Amino acid sequence: MTEELIIAGFGGQGVLLTGRLLCVAAMRLGKQVSHIPSYGAEMRGGTANCSVVISDEDIASPVIERPSIVIALNGPSVAKFEPRLRPGGLLIWNSSLVKQAPTRSDLVLVSLDAADRSLSEGTERAANMAAIGALLKLKPDIVPMEAVEAALDEVISARNRKHNPVNLRILHAGYEITKTINAA
Amino acid sequence: MSKTLLMKGNEALAEAAIIAGCRHYFAYPITPQNEIPAYLSRRMPEVGGTFLQAESELAAISMVLGAAAGGVRTMTSSSSPGMALKQEGISYIAGSELPCVLVNVMRGGPGLGAIAGAQGDYFQATRGGGNGDYRTIVLAPGSAQELADFTIDAFDLADEYRIPVLILADGYIGQMSEPVVLPEPTGKTFKKPWALTGAKGRSKNIIASMKLIPDTALEEHNLHLQEKYDLISENVRRIETYHTDDAEWLIVAYGTAARIARKAVDRLRAEGVKAGLFRPLSLWPFPDRELYELARNAGKVLTVEMSLGQLVEDVKLSVNGAVEVDLYGRAGGAVPALDDIIERIKSYERENHTHVQAS
Repeated sequence: MTEELIIAGFGGQGVLLTGRLLCVAAMRLGKQVSHIPSYGAEMRGGTANCSVVISDEDIASPVIERPSIVIALNGPSVAKFEPRLRPGGLLIWNSSLVKQAPTRSDLVLVSLDAADRSLSEGTERAANMAAIGALLKLKPDIVPMEAVEAALDEVISARNRKHNPVNLRILHAGYEITKTINAA
Repeated sequence: MSKTLLMKGNEALAEAAIIAGCRHYFAYPITPQNEIPAYLSRRMPEVGGTFLQAESELAAISMVLGAAAGGVRTMTSSSSPGMALKQEGISYIAGSELPCVLVNVMRGGPGLGAIAGAQGDYFQATRGGGNGDYRTIVLAPGSAQELADFTIDAFDLADEYRIPVLILADGYIGQMSEPVVLPEPTGKTFKKPWALTGAKGRSKNIIASMKLIPDTALEEHNLHLQEKYDLISENVRRIETYHTDDAEWLIVAYGTAARIARKAVDRLRAEGVKAGLFRPLSLWPFPDRELYELARNAGKVLTVEMSLGQLVEDVKLSVNGAVEVDLYGRAGGAVPALDDIIERIKSYERENHTHVQAS
């Protein structure tokens, strides 16, 4: 198993943290992981993204040309990364914010009202958790839900750990929503 | 201590410097190594050390010279254009035979270039950007774990040989987070009777790179340095090999390029092409004899680097015309593509070339 993920969104949507959470969860299960942020020449209001590789084998490059999975939390991220997904890849996109829906017919496109799910729990900052929940449902071989739950306290800073019960609820909401989408 | 952590390469290196006993760090910020000063600005005060953000790269390297002359473990870090500015100081430190650790987390050049990782400073690192007949030991890590491990090693080598040791990483290695088990201190200690510690009760020590009197002083000094460099060339030869025993194609690469080359070896072997990887971990001294033996057995060599023909010169010097050497280089922040490495070698195999030649 090797998955190459790009997680992208606005600065402040927890893009880098989402990547680290998946990495730590997979690392604790003995998988190889790498995480590299886009750095430097990013502008406020543009996209921030990180590249995450999770594999049963040694990881060659942390840099991803053609991702197998993209989580796009805002519109610019869909525009930037939809074309780069390899055929058959998975695109989870945040339908609460993205106005221009992705169109490629050779991808698995999953629309998720991630920001609304977060808001319904009283925060606008946990759309990333809903997206992880959806990912875990759709790609169960990356890491199981329990591993991500266990990694939350390790990855979230002490200052923000008090929000973890809410994070967990939104994580599970993302997982359940996706079940419905698949059934439909 | 043995817990596996997800650490960014730059931070793993910074924590390893603390573990190695470095308490004097001087630097000027530049991407993509800024996590090193950011981390040490927090950690140095916690361990009673000195973190100082200098007014320039020139000031930072001069502070390293001063701290090293005082006999303490000291380090500076920068990225390519910043390292260019430090070359004068590095030459002075080499001439003064002072131990210190230098870190270059390379980005693309020439000039200010851009901020993505690259390997374009191979010549600067291994030939010396400063003036005079001097050498620095150059270590080339390929992971966050090795950034930590090689840093521990670097401080011991610097003290053992009274020489600057350069850790040459590319920006991807520095920026990437990976599982890291922080290393233990080696516990080695080095006496420094030459250090400037106050001359009360002993004759004074003089540390200087200028040697004017007598007329022969500077040549004698250079011959002494060469003796030391010869000794290091015998003792510090670091390599990693992968599937080289029966290899018919030898790929030579370091850093991020070597990670991709290693994967290419796996893929090529799965398709029946006997490929192997030779990864120099020390770029100076360059492990030339070891490479020569393996290259001669293999018969065909491909150098993969994130620069356009720098490492390949040492590869050619090592095989000394006995084996033909091809080059696949990317530059300016581009990463060698796995498929391109595989295709390059397979195209030779397919067309049954009798010659393999780079330039």
